[in-house]
Formats: sequence, C-alpha cells, structure tokens
Amino acid sequence: MTLAMDHDGLNVAPRDRRVTARRVTLALFVLLIVTSVVSVSVGASNASLSAALADLIAGRDISDLDRIVLWDIRLPRLAMGVLVGAALAVSGVVMQGLFRNPLADPGIVGVSAGAGLGAISAIILGSYLPASILAWTGNGLIAIAAFLGGWASVLLLYRVSTRRGQTSVATMLLAGIALGALSGAVSGVLVYIADDQQLRDLTFWGMGSLAGATWTKAASAAPIILISVLVAQFLARALNGMAMGEAVAHHMGIPVQRSKNIAILAVAGATGAAVAVSGGIGFIGIVVPHLLRLATGPDHHRLLLNSALLGASLLLGADMISRLIVAPAELPIGIVTAILGAPVFLWILLRRHGTMGM
Amino acid sequence: MNTVTRVTSTFAVLAAGVFGTQAMSADEAEPNRIIAIGSSVTEIVYALGQQDRLVGRDQTSTYPTEVLELPDVGYMRALSPEGVLSVRPDLIVALEGAGPPEAVEVLKEAGVEYVSISENYTRDGVVEKIRAVGTALGVEEAAEELAVQTGARIDGAHSNAADAALNGSARVLFVLSAQDNRILVGGADTQADSIIRLAGGVNAAGSVSGFKPMTPEAIASTAPDVILMMDRRGNHITGNEELFALPAFQLTPAGRNKRLIRMQGAYLLGFGPRTADAIADLSAELQRISGS
Repeated sequence: MTLAMDHDGLNVAPRDRRVTARRVTLALFVLLIVTSVVSVSVGASNASLSAALADLIAGRDISDLDRIVLWDIRLPRLAMGVLVGAALAVSGVVMQGLFRNPLADPGIVGVSAGAGLGAISAIILGSYLPASILAWTGNGLIAIAAFLGGWASVLLLYRVSTRRGQTSVATMLLAGIALGALSGAVSGVLVYIADDQQLRDLTFWGMGSLAGATWTKAASAAPIILISVLVAQFLARALNGMAMGEAVAHHMGIPVQRSKNIAILAVAGATGAAVAVSGGIGFIGIVVPHLLRLATGPDHHRLLLNSALLGASLLLGADMISRLIVAPAELPIGIVTAILGAPVFLWILLRRHGTMGM
Repeated sequence: MNTVTRVTSTFAVLAAGVFGTQAMSADEAEPNRIIAIGSSVTEIVYALGQQDRLVGRDQTSTYPTEVLELPDVGYMRALSPEGVLSVRPDLIVALEGAGPPEAVEVLKEAGVEYVSISENYTRDGVVEKIRAVGTALGVEEAAEELAVQTGARIDGAHSNAADAALNGSARVLFVLSAQDNRILVGGADTQADSIIRLAGGVNAAGSVSGFKPMTPEAIASTAPDVILMMDRRGNHITGNEELFALPAFQLTPAGRNKRLIRMQGAYLLGFGPRTADAIADLSAELQRISGS
C-alpha cells in the first residue's frame, strides 16, 4: 500500500495544489486562533473571558473565581490541548510516511504500549518507591513513568530492528506487535494485583483527559513536543522521497537512515510527552493527516505544518465537548475523539476504497 | 466580593439567596454551599439534617433519592476542577481517594475548603467518619450524638447476628460481577468481607485479597452456602437462573439450593449511617437460609 500520489510525482505537486495548501495553512491558523479563544471563553463555570478583560482594562481587580478558572484551569488546559493535538497529528503524518502505510499511527513504534505500561506501573507500584523519589515527583509520577516507558520501548524496538546500521521498518512493525503484546501481558499481571481504586484510575488514564492540566505539566511537556514537532517539519523531503520506496529515495540523494532516526526520535518525543500528560487519546493521529491529504494532496511540505494546526484545533474542539456535554462533570476526551474519529476514519476508508481500489 | 456583583448566571441567582444576606461576613460564616463526594458522606450529611447546605454531589451519591436533584460533578476519582467550581462551593467534603490530585490542588487554590474523610470498613470507621463530617460541617454535637447512636446500633446488629450464627456460620461468597463466566469475587480487605463478618457469616473467598477474578474450580472449592450480590437498580446483568447455570456454582451448596441474596450496593457496602440496618438485613437473610 503506498501513499496516494499524483502521477507527476510528489516533489513537483501541481501549482494550484501548492496555492491551496498555502490557503489551507492560513485558514487553519485562523481556525486555531478562533478555537483557542472559544476554548478559553467557555466552560462549566460562568467565569468569563470578556468580563476578566474588561476588569483588566478598567484597572479593576479580576474576581478570584475568574482568575483561577481562566489562569489556572482553562489556560494551561488550552496550552496542553494545543501541544498534545499538534504532537499526535504530526506524529501520525511522520509514521504514515515512514511506514508507507496510511493506517500507521505512533502506536506502531511502541510508544503507546510502553507509555501505558509505564503509567500502569506508576499507578499500581508507585507507592512502593522510596519516599524521597515520591516527594520529588509529586503528582507527576505517572507522567514521568509514562514518558520513560514510551522511550524505553522505542529504543528497544529500534535496537531490535536495526542491523548493520540499517533500520528495517518491516521488522519494526512486527517487533512492535510483539512488544505490544508483551506490554499488555505485563500490564495484565499488574492489573491483577491492583486494588479497586487503582483499577478505576487505570481505566480513566486509558480514556485520556486534559482535566489534569497544570502549568507545570504543560511546561514540562512543551519543550519536548515543540522541538519534536519543529524537527519533524524538516522531514518533508525525506518522507516524500521514501513514499516511493527507500531505494528510490536513496537514489534521489536522501539520507534514508538518518531521516529514519530523526523521524523515530521525533515521534517518540512528541507522542511520548503527549501520552504522558494526557493519557490515551486516539484517532487524532490518523484522522487529521487523512483529512488534509484529501484537501491538499500528499506533499509533506505543507502536510506537516497543516497537521499540527488542525490537530491542535480538533483536540481543543473535542476538549470543549468533553468539558461541556455532562457539565459540571466531564467526559474523558479519549471517548470524544473516538466517537468523532471512528466514523470519520470509516468514511475515509470507504471513500478510498471507492476511488482507488485499495 | 466581586463575585457577588455578577448575578446574571443561573448559579449566581441560586446563590443570591445565600450570599445576599451574608455577603459581608461570608469568610467567617459557616460554609453553606457544600459539595459531598462519596455516597456515605452524602448520607451522613442527610442523617445530620444538613442537606439544605448541599449544592452538589458526586456520581456515587444516590441516596436518599432527593439528592439526585443536585448537580452531579462526576465520578469521585475524576473530578473536573472547573465543573466543581461552577456550582460555587465553599466547602467540599470528600471521601478519601477523591481526585485527581491536580484537581484537588486547584480547588484548594481557589479558596474552597477541602476536607478529606478517611475510610475504614469497620464499626469504628463509620463512627469516625460521622465525627469527621460533623466537624467539617461545624455540627460536632449532633455528629457526636449520631456517631454514638450509630456505633451502638452497629454493635447491637453485630451481636444479634453473632448470637444467631452460634449454631454454624453461613459461608458467603460475594460476587461483584459474573459476566461472560468471568467471576469477580470479594476477598479479604474489602467492604464485602467486613459486612459479611459483621453479619455473622464467613467469607468463602477470604483466602484472596481484594476484588479478584476466581476460576470456576476455585469457586467450587470455596463451597459457599449462599451467593451475595449487589442489586443494580433496573440493570440485572446476570439473572438468577443464568448465574446458577454457570459451572462454577452448580456444584456449590449455594448453587444446588439456588441461594442468592441481592442487596443495593451503597446500602450494603457504603459503611455509612445505614450500615447497622444492612448488617441486620443480611444477617436475617443468612438465618432464613440456614433455617431452610
């Protein structure tokens, strides 16, 4: 299965498509700004952005509730939503390019399974850690464990599938399935010894949420995600080349192995950090790149940037639904993205089937 | 009190009655907008006659039924800080383990008093819980009275149950769920274990700890005289006939005689003001069964 491509090749996308892609970038930028403003303005409480701004401009003190809700709850949540959404969507693009498989998602390089195992270990075994470590990590223990777990499994997979300096993506795919099964088994053992409350924590972690957003979490994840997403932007040429096969890419003068290394590191960084702070949020990494490919074609030059913008907007939108639909309670965002994402995904598959005969 | 100036929203309108008269001394006044988190905490607030001060509850608080009219702020371990703040509480009384910790921190930062009530599935645990809720609400005297009375009622129910069980205790197996033939039983260190022992029974699954899946063979070897299950309102996941048709139960005394007790979950396992009644009810059921 190869990426959908124009007959005239990937690097020389038709001029009108490039123009469309540029317009799409602009539109997505505006969309992100609008969703961000709406996201800070709405919520379960009646704290109001406009009232707070009016107070600020008039030199009055902002009410305590407005200050806490806007500054300590909605803004860190906005920051985390943008980061996580961009990280998941860009990771999806990179994975689909690298594996030349439109169904690939970051789960394939083992990040999700490893991060899940890390989080489960922290939830169930965390209390056995020495008090000094617990005092240092505080509430961040699960996030740190998830991040380390994600990285450990990526490194392991990379080692397994790299022979004589060449990484085989096919081996990586298969080893990823094996590692996922192993993580699942170890998680199963941990789940067996978990108590009732830990089981509920696990369930909620798996459904993903931005509810635990704090400035500390957003600030810890930000550098890793920003660097990874930025680095990924430079992979466009390599991913375009590799879409035609690694041999072709090599003959085009693309440093295939180095690009693979960078791609894997970027995905591990972006997804690892995103999963660590928000738990399991699915479908953004698959749906966003596909929607954009439908609109602007498979050229990675714009796709990488546009995916970051659309991923961020979509996650903010899903988060608004999760915050408002059962207010004052909250629906885990992973449920919202799955409910919205799965039908879209199915629609894309059926459409592809009709037009391209998969 | 800038917050009082905005009376446009629903909640502020609701709040106006309270804040309107007490706005000047709101900080010193008793908390009057309370969210109760955890079914036993909510029941204690009602038992203390303080329900008029409640403005919110969690998903697990469903008794007494009028509490359902209050806004539900979600599952106690997955609270949304803004959702909780939106009902403008000045005090949150939560059962131990409510969270997540980040949400609790934001709530404390927002100036909402947060009291965590520790949980212990014993007679003394219930008594302490009532005292702690009473202290949080500033009604220590009424709480002390309720605590002593509840403690005495639990003692009474327990000693009646123990007397009745003198000529042989029933072996009780608590089954949390039995879907797809995967049977989750209540072992030692669970609410189920405590209530079974308080009611004069023996926990047939006492050899495992916590709620654990048990194989059909292991269940057969525990030889329960009776199965105890939660009665989920309007949601009979497993019918009695289906349950006893499972191989795990067919060979047990409970299965042969089709002995099943169903009791409402929060009542049976809540360890709150109604626990003495739950002990008496369960014990009566056990007696009826061993008599038959």
